Amino acid sequence: MVIEFLIKLAQGLGIGALALATGLLFGGIGRKIIARIQRRYGPPFTQNYIDLFKLFSKGSVSHGWAFDLGLVAGFAPMLAALMFLPIGPFTLLPSDSSLIMIVYLMMMAYLGMAMGVLASGNPNSAIGMSRALMLMAGYEVPFAAVIFSVYLFSKTGYLTQIVAQQAGGFMNWNIVKMPLGFLAIEIALQGMLGEKPFDQAIAPAEIASGPMVELGGKYLGFGMIQHSVGLFLETGIVVDLFLGGAPNFWIFIAKQFVLYFIVILVDAILPRLRIHESTSFFWKLPLFLGILQAVIVIIQGGVLNV
Amino acid sequence: MSEWTEIVDYFRGRSMWMLHYCTGCGAIELPPTMTSRWDMERFGITPMATPRQADILLITGYLAIKTLKRVIYTYEQMQAPKWVLGFGSCTINGGIYWDSYNVIERLDKYIPVDIYIAGCMPRPEAILDAFVKLKEMVQKGEAKGYEKYVKNYDWYKANQDRVLKRTSPVLKEIEKVTKIG
Repeated sequence: MVIEFLIKLAQGLGIGALALATGLLFGGIGRKIIARIQRRYGPPFTQNYIDLFKLFSKGSVSHGWAFDLGLVAGFAPMLAALMFLPIGPFTLLPSDSSLIMIVYLMMMAYLGMAMGVLASGNPNSAIGMSRALMLMAGYEVPFAAVIFSVYLFSKTGYLTQIVAQQAGGFMNWNIVKMPLGFLAIEIALQGMLGEKPFDQAIAPAEIASGPMVELGGKYLGFGMIQHSVGLFLETGIVVDLFLGGAPNFWIFIAKQFVLYFIVILVDAILPRLRIHESTSFFWKLPLFLGILQAVIVIIQGGVLNV
Repeated sequence: MSEWTEIVDYFRGRSMWMLHYCTGCGAIELPPTMTSRWDMERFGITPMATPRQADILLITGYLAIKTLKRVIYTYEQMQAPKWVLGFGSCTINGGIYWDSYNVIERLDKYIPVDIYIAGCMPRPEAILDAFVKLKEMVQKGEAKGYEKYVKNYDWYKANQDRVLKRTSPVLKEIEKVTKIG
């Protein structure tokens, strides 16, 4: 019993480290790609690892216990959500409601971070956080519509089973069966990752990097860890829902990277929208696509006849 | 222990985040340094938005006594290890403001400067040269200006107080003079 628990714990920490390493690598490659699009040489792709190491070697200032607790509360739900995500063939905690669990925990992470950065009392972080939460109110609605249609289509919330239903070649993937839903979730992913044109929350030249304004040293390091793990989680859930999961870890991160690559290309060429523009955009096109997909699934599957 | 310090110093030199305090005309040399032509991100140097996140404080140009006060606040908000780059001849000897009544002449009397970049103005090549030089100094463990500031705080504080005294209001009873009616 104890041995089993310890093995699970070690595996959980391993998954966390793996997600962190992958997220940092993606971030580094993303910086390189943006640099090449701008015709620069760009930093080495290992730059994010170096930055993280340096941040943890620096001194740091706390703004009270709520500030410390908020960063932990921002990071812990991300780590917990990873435990429910099928990474390749492997899921640490199989659960028949894992989809709902992940969506819930992802939102908890942002609320935890909000608590932490608002404790610093800096007006810029308050503005940044209000923008982040408003953006969340934007992209969570089409995201929920897509989750709803996948739920209706697969008739289960068990991610491992959703992946299993897509087995047997490209034509069985949900991206072929529900293209509109994939389009909606890909647009929502742009907002989730906070890339342009939806980077109002951390606009550096406008509100001095928003939520991160009072984070320095190790605290900023924790923020970077949260962003990297979030990147792994959010691309990973789209891979499991629409791209048919993966037989092993390498194919899984390759599929994740394809999604991130699209996000980076859009990021490199678009300017920043204003916050009300982006929220109303999410409530128009992606929400329309998501609802249309749900209606199509309902009509095709004959869910109403049951 | 010393090997560990060497490793830490090596990575600190490879990742330096910069806060540019653009008081003077020198700020105009920074956009070309950051963007496509000279691209300083290849050395791991990125502009940052706030002093909490930054490692380098780049003072571009002259400092009036009032702005000196803000620079000292900014410098003291930064987390160690931190380095200061004085940019242009204004930070070295006052430049064209050498005889001005409200501009300081030598920056390193008030905060410790690790590297000066001479010139009026220095070109982006000179700025990149300074960054590479700073990287070498950090990796050898030579750039210790922030420790010097802590050790000689009394001297720096006395110098700062001597000039900052002059920023106090000239009029003795402001409320009485500015009161209407």
